[in-house]
Amino acid sequence: MTPPVIEAKGITKAFGATLALDHVDLEVEAGTVLGLLGPNGAGKTTFVRILTTLLRADAGSASVVGLDVTRDAVALRSAIGLAGQYAAVDELLTGRENLELVGLLYHLGKAERRRRAVETLERLALTEAADRQVKTYSGGMRRRLDVGASLVGRPKVLFLDEPTTGLDPATRIDLWRFIETLVEEGATVLLTTQYLEEADHLANRIVVIDHGRVIAEGTSNELKAQLGGAVLEVTVTEGDQLHKAADLLADLGHSPPGEDLTRNLVTIPSDADPKVIVEAARRLGDRGIGLEDIALRRPSLDDVFLSLTGHGAEDGPGQGAGPDDEPASSHGARR
Amino acid sequence: MTTVGAVAVGHPPRRVSVREGLADIAGITQRNLRRIVRTPRLLVFSSIQPVMFVLLFRYVFAGAIKVLHGDYVDYLMPGIFLQTSLFGGASTAVGLAADLQGGIIDRFRSLPMARSAVLAGRTLADLIRNVFVVALMVVVGVLVGFRFHGTVGTDLAGIGLVLLFGYAFSWVFVTVGLYVKDPETAQVAGFIPLFPLVFASSAFVPVASMPGWLQAFANVQPVSVSVDAARALLIGGPIEHWLWQALVWAGGVLVVFAVLGVRQYRRI
Repeated sequence: MTPPVIEAKGITKAFGATLALDHVDLEVEAGTVLGLLGPNGAGKTTFVRILTTLLRADAGSASVVGLDVTRDAVALRSAIGLAGQYAAVDELLTGRENLELVGLLYHLGKAERRRRAVETLERLALTEAADRQVKTYSGGMRRRLDVGASLVGRPKVLFLDEPTTGLDPATRIDLWRFIETLVEEGATVLLTTQYLEEADHLANRIVVIDHGRVIAEGTSNELKAQLGGAVLEVTVTEGDQLHKAADLLADLGHSPPGEDLTRNLVTIPSDADPKVIVEAARRLGDRGIGLEDIALRRPSLDDVFLSLTGHGAEDGPGQGAGPDDEPASSHGARR
Repeated sequence: MTTVGAVAVGHPPRRVSVREGLADIAGITQRNLRRIVRTPRLLVFSSIQPVMFVLLFRYVFAGAIKVLHGDYVDYLMPGIFLQTSLFGGASTAVGLAADLQGGIIDRFRSLPMARSAVLAGRTLADLIRNVFVVALMVVVGVLVGFRFHGTVGTDLAGIGLVLLFGYAFSWVFVTVGLYVKDPETAQVAGFIPLFPLVFASSAFVPVASMPGWLQAFANVQPVSVSVDAARALLIGGPIEHWLWQALVWAGGVLVVFAVLGVRQYRRI
C-alpha cells in the first residue's frame, strides 16, 4: 500500500491563549481531494500554513510526500503549490511576469519558465490578458492567476485555501471544473472551504473542523448517513403554529426537530420512508394546521454541519473570530 | 517519519545553492524595480521632498547659519545627499509591509527560494532607486551653486559613501517594516529614528552652534560622522579622520540589522 501523500499527527498550535488547532490528525491519499470544511476561525488556514511550512506547529508532526514540514522544508516547498484565500500576485506586474517570476523562484531555466508561463496562461484562459498589469484584472481573473502561479512548479500536491471565497457563482463553477481537471491529471489536493456545496462537489473525503478540532470525517455520503436516511421538511402556513407542528411530529424523527421561524419550516431527520409524509400530513390535518409544503429529501451537508456544531457553516458563530481571522482580515484590509 | 518511501529518487536538494540564491535575489530585485518604474508618481513626489529641503536651507535658513569655511551651499549639499539617501530607506519599510499585507510574502515563503532573497532584493532595488534620486540631488545642488572640490576619485567615493550609508540603514527599515507589518504604520515609524539622527547632526548646521549636551551626542552619532566624511571627500577636509569611523558605523549597522531583519523575517 502506498503511504498517504499528506500525513499530520497531533498538530497543535496556539496563538497566545487561543488554541487554534488541537491535536489535528489527517491523512490524504495520492490522487484524491480532501475537503477541510469549517466556519471562519475554525483553524483551516492555520493548518494549511503549517503544512506549507509558513508556520511552525507547537506540537505534532506532519509530512507531505514523505518530507517533514520542518526538517525538509526546502525540498517540501519544491513539491507543493499553494493558492491562498487572497490572491497573492503582484498587481503591478503583468500576468506573464508574475508567472515567470514564480518559475524563476522554482529555479527553472529561462526558456522553461517562459514556456510554462505561456502554458499556464493558456490553461487558465488568461492568454489575452497576459501582458496587462494584474491591477486591471477582475476578481475571478486574479484568482485564476493565483491558482496558476501555484501550478508553475508542476507540484504533486496542491493546497487551495478557500479558492472560491468571494467569487461569483459562474466563476466558482469554472474554477471547480479546473480543479477537477487537475485531479484527473493526478494531483493530490487539500482544499479548505466554508462552502458545504464546494466540499460536496469536489472532495472525495471531508474533514469537518470546528474550534481547532476535527469533529467528523468521511465521504460526503458517510457524513450524511450519520443523520439517517432523510430529512422531512414541513412548511406550515401560519407562523404561530410552527412550534405546535414541531411537537406533533417530533417522534417521527430520530433526533430533535429544527425550527426555522423565517421560513415557517420544521425539519426532522427521519427514515427515507414515504409513509412518514403520509403520517405527518394526517397528524397536521387532524389538528387543523395548514400545510404550505411537505417533502422528504436527502440530508445536505448543511444539515450535517448543523447537527455536529449547533451552528451553520457559512454564517460561523459570533465568537468564532479565532486566529484564522487575523491573517485573513489583515490581508484583506487593502482590497 | 515512516513515510520516507514516498520520496522520489533524485529529489531536489534540501538547501538552496549559492547560484540559485543569487538568481532569487536578481529576480526579486527586478520585480521591485518594475514596481518602482510603474509607479512614476510615487517616484516624482518622493523626489520633490529633498528638492524642497535644498531650497529651504539654501534660501531660507542659509543667511542665519554661519559656517567656518567656504560657502554654506557647499557645506549643505553633502548633508542633503546623505539625508536623501537615508530617507529613501523609508520606502523599504513601506514596501515590505505592503508585501506582507498583500499576501505575496506568503507566496514567496511557500516557494523553494532563498528566504533572504526577499529582503536582499528589496534593499538592492531601493539602493538602485537611491542612485537616481541622489544623482538628481547632485544636479539640483549644482543648479543652486554647489561645486565639487575634490578629485574625481574622492567625489565618487563621497557619493559612494552616501549610498553605502543609506543601504546600511535600509536594513533598519527592513526590520521596522517586518515588525509593524502595515504600510501606513511603517511610513510613520520609519521616520522616528531618522529625525533626531538627521537634525541633531552636522548635516545642516555646525555642531559647535548647539548646546553642550547636544554636541556630545551630535559629535559621535553616525549621521554626523558620515556627513563629515562625505564633506571631506567632496569639498575637502580631514578624510582619514572621518572615513574609517563612517565605514565602521555603516558596516556595524548593516551587520546588526541584517541579522535582526532576517530573524524577524523567519518569525513571520
